[in-house]
Amino acid sequence: MTDTLSNQDTHPETAQTAAISIEGVSYNYGKRLALDEVSFQVLPGQFTALLGANGAGKSTLLSLITRLFDTPNGTISIDGKSFASHGSKALAPLGVVFQQTTLDLDLSVRQNLRYFARLRGLPSSFANLRIEETLSALEMYERVDERIRDLNGGHRRRVEIARSMLHQPKLLLLDEPTVGLDIQTRRVIVNHIHNLAKNDNVAVLWTTHLMDEIWDEDHLIVLDKGKIIEDGTVKEILTKNGASSVSDVFESIIIQEEERLK
Amino acid sequence: MIDGLMIRALYGILYREFLRFFQQRARFLSALVRPLIWLLVFSAGWRQTQGLAPYAPYETYIPYEVYMIPGLCAMIQLFNGMQSSLSMIYDREMGSMRVLLTTPLPRWFILVSRLFAGVAVSLLQVYAFLAIAFFFTYFEFLELDIAAIGYITVLPALILCGFMLGALGMALSATVKQLENFAGVMNFVIFPMFFISSALFPLWRIKDLSYTFYQFCTYNPFTYAVELIRFALHGQFYAEGALVVAVTSAIALGLAIYAYDPSRGLKAKGKRG
Repeated sequence: MTDTLSNQDTHPETAQTAAISIEGVSYNYGKRLALDEVSFQVLPGQFTALLGANGAGKSTLLSLITRLFDTPNGTISIDGKSFASHGSKALAPLGVVFQQTTLDLDLSVRQNLRYFARLRGLPSSFANLRIEETLSALEMYERVDERIRDLNGGHRRRVEIARSMLHQPKLLLLDEPTVGLDIQTRRVIVNHIHNLAKNDNVAVLWTTHLMDEIWDEDHLIVLDKGKIIEDGTVKEILTKNGASSVSDVFESIIIQEEERLK
Repeated sequence: MIDGLMIRALYGILYREFLRFFQQRARFLSALVRPLIWLLVFSAGWRQTQGLAPYAPYETYIPYEVYMIPGLCAMIQLFNGMQSSLSMIYDREMGSMRVLLTTPLPRWFILVSRLFAGVAVSLLQVYAFLAIAFFFTYFEFLELDIAAIGYITVLPALILCGFMLGALGMALSATVKQLENFAGVMNFVIFPMFFISSALFPLWRIKDLSYTFYQFCTYNPFTYAVELIRFALHGQFYAEGALVVAVTSAIALGLAIYAYDPSRGLKAKGKRG
């Protein structure tokens, strides 16, 4: 069956299929509206930061994108394939790093990655190659036979990033991946993911509330109370708001939005 | 339709289940020690008083340990089914379940694969138990009287019973929100299921003692699992038992799939942000 949304998911300027396309997505928890008509796209090779305060709707949006929640209103398509028409198969080009550690603590790094590689259908020889490649890129291959329990938080996070890249995803989703890490580790991870987007053409959707993780050339989406209130490159948003930094923009937008709602 | 991805994923889920099982040595030991204590202590103490008159599938008087063996096999599978569901709750709390649920695999397939992996582990435990019991028979500590073919004919019965008990545990795990609550649930499931069944005493004897208790036993699907294993160990097929176990498995699995659907079961557990 042809996906009727695939044409809509093509970015008009570049004729690229969006790695992820979200169209008019709303979500309620009972009577509370958590997401209100959210629409945006992330293109291949684009690093998109999703910025929002606690309770803005970031985690709800990620749960919808990862299909942990059903999407009652609107459409989500990954690489041109919507959940509505392709079901769980639409998740194939997606790599995810959750905020909470999701590794099996009693298994080794290699055993964790092998398990995931099998879940993604990778043949053994290719899986072993990718395990070596992805861990080496994060300077973790020498610890491949150590148990996760014996690794510190930063190293566990690197293993999770390596795991998310094993199947060469087109879209990488990271939910506040640097929470609780020291500055040095944060810098390594932020640089690594930016390089993945730039060099490997991976689309990245990175949720955060840490402004220093966002670079000037990044695509920025600001979410507040379930609505997108800014969507553009960091430079465009800074110029539009006459601000010098993302944190100034974020604060002024939130204040303006709160005053508007009074 | 089953495709290459599903076959590799199933292998992956089996791989992880066995790795975890062998790493948790205490789990393996307790899975063996628990039924062996029942077999050696309980049956040895009662064998003089509880010799049983012939009734199907037995053709002659049997010592009590022969009667107990099927119930203990089912007990291993019952504990393993609950252990698997405990592991599902642990995975959900630790986030590992999210990794599974965000793969391009259908949710029903993920649950059936987890179930299948649990059944495989339970088979390993049951056959290890039977091997030890055989060892005791060989050295004349016990009189088990199971023909060699019985160890083969019991396999399909064990698979079916393992599925039923695993599916019941899985359906249960979907309703339990926190790991701490599960111990209480287990007490309300494992012990009534085991004791209100034909695992320890034949139904005809229970009926003589209390008709009400007998009726409760006949409503318990675990009774049918025990009897299915009992007949299969002696190379016979117990159709009523197979039907009840298959239908209970299907209902429990259906409930588990329903509860783990993205629009239902996991909704309440989502973090809002």
